[in-house]
Amino acid sequence: MKLNRAYKLAIIATLIFVAVLMVGPFVWMFITSLKTYDETIQTPMLWFPEKAQWINYSIVAAKYPFFTLYLNTLIVVLGTVISQLLFASMAAYAFARLKFPFKNTMFLGMLALLMVPGQIFLIPQFNVMVKLNLTNTIEALIIPNMFTVFGMFLLRQFFAAIPMELEDAARIDGAGTFRIYWQIMMPLVTPGLVALGILTMIGAWKELLWPLIVNTDMTKMTLSAGLAFLIGEHTTYYQEVMAGAVICVLPMVVIFAFFQKKFVESIAQTGIKG
Amino acid sequence: MKKKKQKYNYSAFLFIAPMLSGIAVFYLYAFFQNIWLSFNEVGTFGSPTFVGLGNYRALAEDEVFWRSLQNTAFYAFLGVPSIVVLSIGLAWMLNQKIPAQGFFRTAIFIPAITLPAAIGLLWRWLFNSSYGLINHILAWFGVPPIFWLSDTNVVRWTILIVLIWASLSYMVIILLSGLQRIPGVYYDAAQVDGANTRQIFFRITLPLLTPTIFFVSVVTMIGTFQIFDLIFLMIRADTVGYQFANSLVTFFYEQAFSLGLRGYGAAISVVSLILIFAITAVQFRVQKRWVNYD
Repeated sequence: MKLNRAYKLAIIATLIFVAVLMVGPFVWMFITSLKTYDETIQTPMLWFPEKAQWINYSIVAAKYPFFTLYLNTLIVVLGTVISQLLFASMAAYAFARLKFPFKNTMFLGMLALLMVPGQIFLIPQFNVMVKLNLTNTIEALIIPNMFTVFGMFLLRQFFAAIPMELEDAARIDGAGTFRIYWQIMMPLVTPGLVALGILTMIGAWKELLWPLIVNTDMTKMTLSAGLAFLIGEHTTYYQEVMAGAVICVLPMVVIFAFFQKKFVESIAQTGIKG
Repeated sequence: MKKKKQKYNYSAFLFIAPMLSGIAVFYLYAFFQNIWLSFNEVGTFGSPTFVGLGNYRALAEDEVFWRSLQNTAFYAFLGVPSIVVLSIGLAWMLNQKIPAQGFFRTAIFIPAITLPAAIGLLWRWLFNSSYGLINHILAWFGVPPIFWLSDTNVVRWTILIVLIWASLSYMVIILLSGLQRIPGVYYDAAQVDGANTRQIFFRITLPLLTPTIFFVSVVTMIGTFQIFDLIFLMIRADTVGYQFANSLVTFFYEQAFSLGLRGYGAAISVVSLILIFAITAVQFRVQKRWVNYD
């Protein structure tokens, strides 16, 4: 579809305005992180620092355990992604391809759970963690999130789209159900696994409420909750707060810059109804 | 091809066992325990005491609860339409052949992958009443400083603005992919018939996009009803502004975990569940009138 010039100019002007609104705050975050304290509270406002204060980054890095927070986040993200992919794909394969008693009942039950807001599970999940003596641990951040009904439904569509003949042929060749799942089906649903993996990664990376509930120790937090914590105590020195925020935001932005296409495709998957 | 009757494959239970046991403990059991707890008085320690509808009665008389409900409704009923309309517009623009398309897309997608903690803190700084960038810019136009995070009449609007800003990117991504799935032949046919851009948008693009728009509305509504991060991060819980911005989930968190009133917290979450169900049910009912499936 071709647009006339007037439309095109109007669209470009609007998009420039929106891009400034979207990116501008991040630019301001970065600029603030390079100011001195006096420069942040100067009136009239100072746009740029006299001299870039990179030292702010060393100051926050020394004050707060960013390395631990990064490591925790990495463990939580990997743990959640791997277990979700494994458990959800196994269940998805069974629901897509195998015949077993109570299949439909279980399927509908899970579908119903999909509609329930997560808040309803939090108190009992916390109680389970207390009973298992797991509060204030990294495990607590992973365990309740290892199971994804949404992911199961997403992957089921990918399994269901594979031609039955492939599976029948393997069965005739004497492959068992588990081998068929692992060696034949799993490679064929890779796009689905990638999509679910990315969505889970974004979710685990951003999760805030659960870590705040189940852990209190700063060394057992992810970046998301840790950042919220350390700033809670510390809101006067915005140059440091912003330096901390940059440290936390940057890695995902870099990953996103490299894999934007995959990220966008995965997010778009959530909108396709199967 | 002859259709053979497949026999039960009992190894299926091995495949679903890990998932099912996790779901059983963390979701199914949790769901019913939460409902049971909502009829009990439970402290941080100690065993529950059955109080019947006591928690719900207390909620009905709790002014803070009603305020949180009003605020949540405010975010949902102003936020969802704004997010949906703006993201349709942006997705449509990003779908056109324009220069620097890739740059514009990336710019608009970035908040989708940014930590809510960072977003909250960043906007807290931008909205700072004395040194924030926003009040500085408004001052150029002669606007006196606004107390974005403490003025009881303003805080809800502040949260709403950031909510819209932070939610757009995800929805733009989904709507953009919806637009890309509309077959080009529709546009070609319309153009041959001499339709102009506006006609094409309203008569072809929009109707064909309605399933995606419906999906986005439902997801945004559910998400907005669960707003927590931004409020928690932008406004200190011990300030006046907080009570005028709090949502059902911040209220839930405060009661159930900061104060340790688990039974009361459980009751709050049950009320939110019922509200979300009711609204989603209405959305599904109304969709028949405006969503096209072909």
